[in-house]
Amino acid sequence: MPDLIAKSALGFAPFTLAGTTLAEVDMGQITAIAPFPGQSEALSRALGMAFPAPGAVTQSGDARLVWAGRDIAFLIGPVPPDGLPAAVTDQSDGWVSLALTGACTVDVLARLVPLDLRAAQSGQVFRTALNHLPLIVLVGIERSFTLLTYRSMAKTAWHEITEAMVKVGARAATG
Amino acid sequence: MRLTCPLCGPRDRREFYYYGAADYLRRPAEGASPDDWNDYLHNRDNPAGLTQDLWYHEQGCCAWLKVTRNTVTHEIVAVEAVAVADAGGAA
Amino acid sequence: MRIDGKGRIDRTRPVTFRFDGCTYAGYKGDTLASALIANDVRVVGRSFKYHRPRGILTAGSEEPNALVEIIGPSNQTPNTRATVQELFEGLEVRSQNRWPSLGFDLLEVNDLVAPFLSAGFYYKTFMWPRRFWEGLYEPLIRRAAGLGSLSGRHDEGVYEKAWAHCDMLVIGAGPAGLMTALTAARAGADVILADESSELGGRLLSDEAEIDGAPAVEWVAGVVAELTSMPNVRLMTRTSVTGAYDDGTFGALERVGLHRRPRPNLPRECFWRIVAKRSVLAAGALERSVAFEDNDRPGVMMASSLPTYLNRYGVVPGKRIALFTNNDSARATARSLMAAGVEVAAIIDSRTDAPDEPGMVVHKGAQVVRARGRMGLREITIAKGGTQTRLEVDCLGVSGGWNPTLHLTCHMNGRPRWSDELAAFVPNEGAIPGMMVAGAANGTFSTHGCLAAGAEAARASLEALGLGSGAVDLPQTTDAPYNIAPLWQVPGKGRAWLDFANDVTVKDVALSAQEGFRSVEHMKRYTTQGMAPDQGKNSNVAALAVLADATGRGIVQTGTTTFRPPYTPVSIAAMGAGGRGDGFAPQRFLTSDQASRDRGAPMIETGLWYRPSYFPKPGETTWREACDREVSMVRSSVGVTDVSTLGKIDIQGPDAGRFLDFVYSNTVSTLPLGRVRYGLMLREDGHVLDDGTCARLGEDHWLMTTTTAAAGLVMRHLDFVQQAFCARWRVRFASVTETWAQFAVAGPLARDLITSELGRAPGLPFMGCTTVTVQGVQGRLFRISFSGEEGYEIAVPTRYGEALFRDLTARAETMGGGLYGMEALNVLRIEKGFITHAEIHGRTTAFDIGMERMVSAKKDCIGKAAAARPGMTGPEREQLVGLTPLTDSPVTAGAYLFAQGVALTRENSAGYITSVGYSPTIQSHLALGFLKDGRARHGETLRLIDRLRGVDVLCAVVDPVFHDPKGEKLRA
Repeated sequence: MPDLIAKSALGFAPFTLAGTTLAEVDMGQITAIAPFPGQSEALSRALGMAFPAPGAVTQSGDARLVWAGRDIAFLIGPVPPDGLPAAVTDQSDGWVSLALTGACTVDVLARLVPLDLRAAQSGQVFRTALNHLPLIVLVGIERSFTLLTYRSMAKTAWHEITEAMVKVGARAATG
Repeated sequence: MRLTCPLCGPRDRREFYYYGAADYLRRPAEGASPDDWNDYLHNRDNPAGLTQDLWYHEQGCCAWLKVTRNTVTHEIVAVEAVAVADAGGAA
Repeated sequence: MRIDGKGRIDRTRPVTFRFDGCTYAGYKGDTLASALIANDVRVVGRSFKYHRPRGILTAGSEEPNALVEIIGPSNQTPNTRATVQELFEGLEVRSQNRWPSLGFDLLEVNDLVAPFLSAGFYYKTFMWPRRFWEGLYEPLIRRAAGLGSLSGRHDEGVYEKAWAHCDMLVIGAGPAGLMTALTAARAGADVILADESSELGGRLLSDEAEIDGAPAVEWVAGVVAELTSMPNVRLMTRTSVTGAYDDGTFGALERVGLHRRPRPNLPRECFWRIVAKRSVLAAGALERSVAFEDNDRPGVMMASSLPTYLNRYGVVPGKRIALFTNNDSARATARSLMAAGVEVAAIIDSRTDAPDEPGMVVHKGAQVVRARGRMGLREITIAKGGTQTRLEVDCLGVSGGWNPTLHLTCHMNGRPRWSDELAAFVPNEGAIPGMMVAGAANGTFSTHGCLAAGAEAARASLEALGLGSGAVDLPQTTDAPYNIAPLWQVPGKGRAWLDFANDVTVKDVALSAQEGFRSVEHMKRYTTQGMAPDQGKNSNVAALAVLADATGRGIVQTGTTTFRPPYTPVSIAAMGAGGRGDGFAPQRFLTSDQASRDRGAPMIETGLWYRPSYFPKPGETTWREACDREVSMVRSSVGVTDVSTLGKIDIQGPDAGRFLDFVYSNTVSTLPLGRVRYGLMLREDGHVLDDGTCARLGEDHWLMTTTTAAAGLVMRHLDFVQQAFCARWRVRFASVTETWAQFAVAGPLARDLITSELGRAPGLPFMGCTTVTVQGVQGRLFRISFSGEEGYEIAVPTRYGEALFRDLTARAETMGGGLYGMEALNVLRIEKGFITHAEIHGRTTAFDIGMERMVSAKKDCIGKAAAARPGMTGPEREQLVGLTPLTDSPVTAGAYLFAQGVALTRENSAGYITSVGYSPTIQSHLALGFLKDGRARHGETLRLIDRLRGVDVLCAVVDPVFHDPKGEKLRA
């Protein structure tokens, strides 16, 4: 056990309003895997999971391989084996993960994200922006979303999302 | 304005960073003449009509894109990846 | 005056409001305008220039006269259109542009001297003396002009921005828009129907049309109910689509909280960005006036506003009303008024062949030549043939025809087309890609025509979307005739108004033409026609016709001005929603942020990051004291600072070395494992892009660091180089800036501190790197220095950053060391002559900073060819030098260098200063700067001049490395 104390990006209690909740979540191990040219099939074999098409996630047991940009995917869950035909970087500490769940998630994100998320399907992933912040959107079931942005920007992300929730909540309360 | 990223699909222009003319892709070989370098670095057409320029999907997949557009009508004629993504194929 | 039994207001819910300090009553569902009319308030504002009393002209968002200030708890909104503002309990309203009161306005004197105040008066009069302009004329004019006022306080109101997406955006919910939306929605399209009003229905709510044998409002109710029930339809009331932009993007402003009592957190307005695959503009048409003498008197209104006030709000603005028209559309108005028991004194119809109207007096071939009644219409003068008669009326409805609301079709450079048949501009097809125009907006003015056009627009749009045919049964309704005979102005001597909001008269336009401003664009600017908040919606076409007359050209030859966004005013607060305070820009916080603030460090913004400026100690009264102490501490014992903001890019692959050699000017691929090398990166144009270190972590594994400022820039650059020039190379990279917390440990005791932290000696040579275990955590250790002292940078995964920072701090303090901030860091690097982006500011070459030997001759690299161009090297270049003042005086960054004795002119400038600081080590102020042929001029004395800050100091030119020039301390 390390003697240094680990801290999460925020350490905030979940925020709930209008049946919608924002909470910091621990995604565990996140590893960026970027196959070298021509190596994505070899990589898929080595990992036992297909390298995902843009906007897609492939899954094997508890492990998810999440498309995260041009020629790069995030392995979420296990530590990858050595010797992959790819650049491999540990990204576990680079991101803050926020779960947005509940009734008004799509309305809240419509204030922040320039994408149409109304018809987003579980298992889709988008790289986009949350206002000015870089953003990875993982779509979950029942219109829940996991939002990843740079860890150093966690407080701004929290501020922007909760502010949108407050406005959406005030609209809902007004009817 | 919207650009259809070959990987991410149609996106608002605020996800993209504009760089400049697509001429930047035709880098002279090592040892090319100063005139070639001068052309490459400095000389640009300013057409009323079709033009090609480079955009970076910075708030997205980080692909560099070559956009063909019409400076008169603002029509986006084509958006192509500067380098075809190897892994995962097209969307 | 309120009419019993009419209107769509809720008479069970009375509402009180205040206007200019008086309390009035209205009902829920009223607009401010309808409630003022119900209370017989006739004068609601003063005109812009002549301060003439003005009344309500229209019933819509185009209103030019009834602009008022809404007084809120935290804000004061000027220029609110009373015709748009809905009534709510406690609404507080103030008229504007008058002093001391609406009834008695001292500046009405302007109206008396109007002959001198014609268009161009200010340009002609306030020319000289020139010095009077700023001190006298401008303040005077500003006080007299302007519309409304702000509170002068910060607007604490909440605003919102949002995105919406759809297959089809339908703009306007009158007969055409409703029919479009219904047809498209039934076919399964994802539809947004936006309308600026509080209620859907458009003119069907005002005019007493019949659809399928029943009142049109019943058909509206049925359609709205059906649309409301459909999951694929989003109805956006109180939402004005304000702009059409490229690729199906629209701007729209929703009034969210403006129509109700303020509630905490409820946005006042929301600015929508709507992305639509197809759009249908069904925004209707705007009635236009006819210019005649004093046609701006309160009580002269647009004819079509009368049925709106009657049928939507149950009010009429007069007891005895006349109508002045040149087309058939006002006839239904007359019938509506008469059926409601209002006296219609006469219809003055300019057409000699005008139809009769049973039970009414119709003056055919007649014109209204003058209105009388300064504070409210009393009488009109009617001319017919050669005779004039006077008619006592308190309200005149004017209809000079209709202008299609085609503004959005002009937002992408489209120009409308003149229709002689309609005597109006109509939109050109395809002016906005993907947009169709339907109904009155397209010049189709009958209800039947609108319904048919709406269905057709839906059909064509659905086909384009691949969503089938969208066939529907068209409801049965009337196809009333229009029959317009153009009439723009009534001849006469007096002033006849075109643009009510900006006080532009027929004479002003004629004067413009007479003085040579004959182009429509020149006339607009000369007279300010169409430049008021209504943007000429009520007057542009008439002004154009008057200009065409004055210049002897047709309207087609005269042309038209372009409509630009926004269609109706959009508050800047809505467009900038959320962008203040913490929402102004992303804030990036270090893991050490709280620990630094705990110690009282002022945090400064560096890019988006917040970094400690310095760490004050008890007794220190200035930042300089703290900074000097921190610099001395690093030079004498050990200092710790957070350097996690530096960009870190992890680069891997068999071709990584080759790639690094291509992007760095110097050779990096030859670096042995476990070593770090300084690297210089050029732009392709030969100037320095960035500098930093590159560490070899493994055979095919490298870690590049960038400056804080250029981290994003370098990542973008690497992506470009890789994708554009070497896509097939086996190299990939990823930013790991955020994944590592990294701290610099510098000073003669740095090694001791690292030893204490690791529990073992680091055993690293200068420019070495290794993996380490820090208190049980896997980390990395680099022996690099940005201070000139023996220095290390120790990195751990970010989650452990705060713990390591606190631990390092505590250990440093037991050794007589401690934390240092950005100020000390800057002084330390200046003492050592290390550069930052103050020096590599985009115009410096490798030669300028003395690093021309770092552009390797053995390989190609980005920027190599351009760096070798003539002019990029040589004695004409300004080169990096150090400077020390001869006296103990501060120097400033941004100052210029001059040889002694030369005139202080731009041509004589020999260089400039980029960085300054006081060095407690050297005990002198120091500067880094660029000096022409500087490396050959060490030892010279120059004048350092900063005229902005009054600095004029003699300085000695020295080597830029002030401290430990041989680097013995670094390598210790």
